[in-house]
Amino acid sequence: MAEFTMPSLGADMDEGTLLEWLVGPGDLVHRGDPVAVVETAKSTIEVECFETGTMTELLVEPGTTVPVGTPLALIGVPAKKPEPPEGGEKPHTTREPRKARQPEGPGETERAAKRRAAPRTQRKGEPAKPPSPPPEPATVPVPVLTTVRQGVHTEAGPLVRHLAEQRGVDLETLHGSGPGGRVTRTDVEEAVAARPPRLRVTPLARRLAAETGVDLATVKGTGKDSAIRAADVRRAAHGPATEIPSAKIGTPTVRPSGERPSVDRGAAMRQAIAGLMSRANRDIPHYYLSTTVDMAAAMDWLHEHNRRSPVGERLLPAALLLKAAALAARDVPELNGSWTDDHFTAGEGVHLGVAVSLRGGGLVAPALHHADTLALPQLMTALKDLVTRARTGRLRGSEVSDATITVTNLGDQGVEAVFGVIYPPQVALVGFGRVVDRPCAVAGLLGVRPVVTSTLSADHRATDGAVGARYLTAVTRLLQNPEQL
Amino acid sequence: MNINRTDALEMVRESISRVIPDADFAALGPGDAFRDVLEMDSLDFLSFVEVLSERSGVRIEDEDTPRLTTLSGSADFLVARSG
Repeated sequence: MAEFTMPSLGADMDEGTLLEWLVGPGDLVHRGDPVAVVETAKSTIEVECFETGTMTELLVEPGTTVPVGTPLALIGVPAKKPEPPEGGEKPHTTREPRKARQPEGPGETERAAKRRAAPRTQRKGEPAKPPSPPPEPATVPVPVLTTVRQGVHTEAGPLVRHLAEQRGVDLETLHGSGPGGRVTRTDVEEAVAARPPRLRVTPLARRLAAETGVDLATVKGTGKDSAIRAADVRRAAHGPATEIPSAKIGTPTVRPSGERPSVDRGAAMRQAIAGLMSRANRDIPHYYLSTTVDMAAAMDWLHEHNRRSPVGERLLPAALLLKAAALAARDVPELNGSWTDDHFTAGEGVHLGVAVSLRGGGLVAPALHHADTLALPQLMTALKDLVTRARTGRLRGSEVSDATITVTNLGDQGVEAVFGVIYPPQVALVGFGRVVDRPCAVAGLLGVRPVVTSTLSADHRATDGAVGARYLTAVTRLLQNPEQL
Repeated sequence: MNINRTDALEMVRESISRVIPDADFAALGPGDAFRDVLEMDSLDFLSFVEVLSERSGVRIEDEDTPRLTTLSGSADFLVARSG
């Protein structure tokens, strides 16, 4: 049995909100399959699983915010020894619920004492020792714990309680079918199954519904497994269904607990960026380099390519710049990787983080995996796809956490140069400004040429200026031979 | 195919809407630089050119893009090219 835990999706993430399960218990999952949608302060991310097996149990309900590392689901992995039964489960699985119930601990002990006192009148053989306080959790074998727990009104074992808690089932409302009215795992599962079915809704659809006041319960989903997609919500927003729900906005059915209003979202995004960038600026001794790159050959090649291509296959200057940045990172591997625990670890492959500004403000820098190996048309397609998904909340976990070096291209915003702050734990950030026509000396003559200012912010702990200079020189050289990119 | 100016303007608006679904045209004048107003980046703009090209049947080259700065200018461009 493997645990699928809340992943760390970037150095700035401490906790995440599980928004949606993309699989259910019993579903087969493969390593790399997206299985859940998690919302962080910065974005909504599809999280892939790292095991191949069967989803045996979902431990966390959508809408729940949990710290990084919290088990979210159990995956039955074939060809591994089966786990021992209940008592042998991993410590934190059983420790969690106990922690959550701590506040009512004393009351519970009292009740337990009373209950113990009652049967004692019947069973005189038992030692008349007063009940001891609950022992230290870590050392308690489960059976003993069960005895203590018997004090509460409804009888249920700790694992069943754990399950009930996580599924949001109130044990007091259940009639136990086990011996002595004990609530069993099946009772809880049946209670969960008896609830109205959970809607399958894509994150974008959820957001749109919240913004437009559409009641998701009234929307017919056209996606996979009848999942409600953004288009369905838009359709509903224009249809008659909108008239009724406006009064319902704010009720739990309209806005799932995981969905924060966009104002909070913007503030959370700012906080996440503030935290990470402060840390980067405090911990990383940056050095900065800059150079002007002649783009005449690259732009000529680009225009020629675009003239010959259907509109859908056109390239942007950004594609050439990103490819050059990725190839240069392969040439200068000292800048491609991460700085952790006082040493540099080279990245396995060049996964180029691309800073994408979001429409509501803020930014994310998801990775183009193996950008150095992508031909320009593929890189362009991947870039379009990545940016679209970054803005609609459909990034993958690996894209958010895998970048080995990041590029920020502020040319679109009209500026000529950008000196960025490195994303920890990466060790370099490449900046490109706008491609502008400037007077240049070429072969002893003054001419007007398109140029771009290419910059590098690098971590002085990992490299020295000479390495950074080699990197920018490589970028310059690569952009002079666009046909080889 | 000839495109009249009203249709051209509508095509431009529709194409922008495809790229920026929540674009607010009420706040966008015919002479405003829509890329700036709507904060379209180069990828958005490329998508816009793709959609507009597809809808109007007019092939739009890189060199033509300076003419696609305002709603009005874009509509004029389509009318001129379709004739």
